[in-house]
Amino acid sequence: MQVKLRVRRFNPETDSESRIETYDVPADPMDRVLDLLHWVKWNVDGSLTFRRSCAHGICGSDAMLINGTNRLACKVLVREVGDQITVEPLRGLPVNKDLLVDMEPFFASYREVLPYLVNDDPAPDTERRQSQADRERFDDTTKCILCAACTTSCPVFWADDEYFGPAAIVNAHRFIFDSRDQGAAQRLTVLNDKEGVWRCRTTFNCTDACPRGIKVTQAIQEVKRALLFRKV
Amino acid sequence: MAADVTPAPLPRSTSADRRQPKPPRGNFELYAWVFMRISGVLLVLLVLGHFGIMHVIDGGLDRINFAFVSGRWANPFWRVYDFAMLTLALLHGGNGLRVIIDDYARTGTRRLLYQSVNAIVVGLTWALGTLTIFAFTPQPT
Ligand code: FES
Repeated sequence: MQVKLRVRRFNPETDSESRIETYDVPADPMDRVLDLLHWVKWNVDGSLTFRRSCAHGICGSDAMLINGTNRLACKVLVREVGDQITVEPLRGLPVNKDLLVDMEPFFASYREVLPYLVNDDPAPDTERRQSQADRERFDDTTKCILCAACTTSCPVFWADDEYFGPAAIVNAHRFIFDSRDQGAAQRLTVLNDKEGVWRCRTTFNCTDACPRGIKVTQAIQEVKRALLFRKV
Repeated sequence: MAADVTPAPLPRSTSADRRQPKPPRGNFELYAWVFMRISGVLLVLLVLGHFGIMHVIDGGLDRINFAFVSGRWANPFWRVYDFAMLTLALLHGGNGLRVIIDDYARTGTRRLLYQSVNAIVVGLTWALGTLTIFAFTPQPT
């Protein structure tokens, strides 16, 4: 089959505004959108710029706007989206070139929530153990691959780039509810900020966008509840 | 040496022996959020009651005239009812707008301007409504 692939392109050296470029790409229904981008890059225009690494939905490099929704280009098959495909860069982050956005604002928020184990007790000889129930408590949020699909689907984040965004809250949740961790109070202080969880108005875009199926909105609500009742 | 590799017993999982984090005391945004939840629920009840009385029961709008309003407000309960509805609706709506203005007008004079207009409109409407509700003198008909 032939796919009409429309790509929003932007070259910072020559363009003042982004433009849509259209390519006719030979495709198989089982091809991924990433394969189409590769085909263009390798056969038509080598300057087409986008991120990808694993190509198997693990590394989180290639989140982009595909037919209006945030998806991983390496996980979307042509047969799911049809023969008219529009690919654009993620919204709400500065575009460096073509589909390549500057992820720094996203990672800056991520770093602020202390996304690592905080535990001042002397390290035990073996692992820090926890019960299966305790592990289960935060299982959902361990799945995050930091692709930014959720954060850049959030209308609050589009308008207010100081909002921490769903991904940072998900990764805070990952440790706040971990029984081995002792940094919950610190993280909750960060998220109680004006630009923290209270900015969320449960639009659910993030939950829809997550390629890993994380219940993002629920995680945010659980953090709100922890703040409200001062109890993890 | 096989005995050495017996796994240590799993830690018990009770809320008592979990670490006791002290989440910070709530701040304004937290209370504002709680207020939105509670006032939202109250408003649904108040507004449904209001609509029922004013628009549905006994022919609804057709029977509303000065005497009807005057008769209702002869009873302090309905004054308090209307005052509660006025106050909650204005604060609920005003706070919603405040949050949205915070999203779109982030800094500088525009933000100050929008937030002030919002606060003034809410304040004036509230003052006017409150005055009407409580200064009203029922006329015997
Ligand atoms: S390339 Fe790694 S997630 Fe798509």
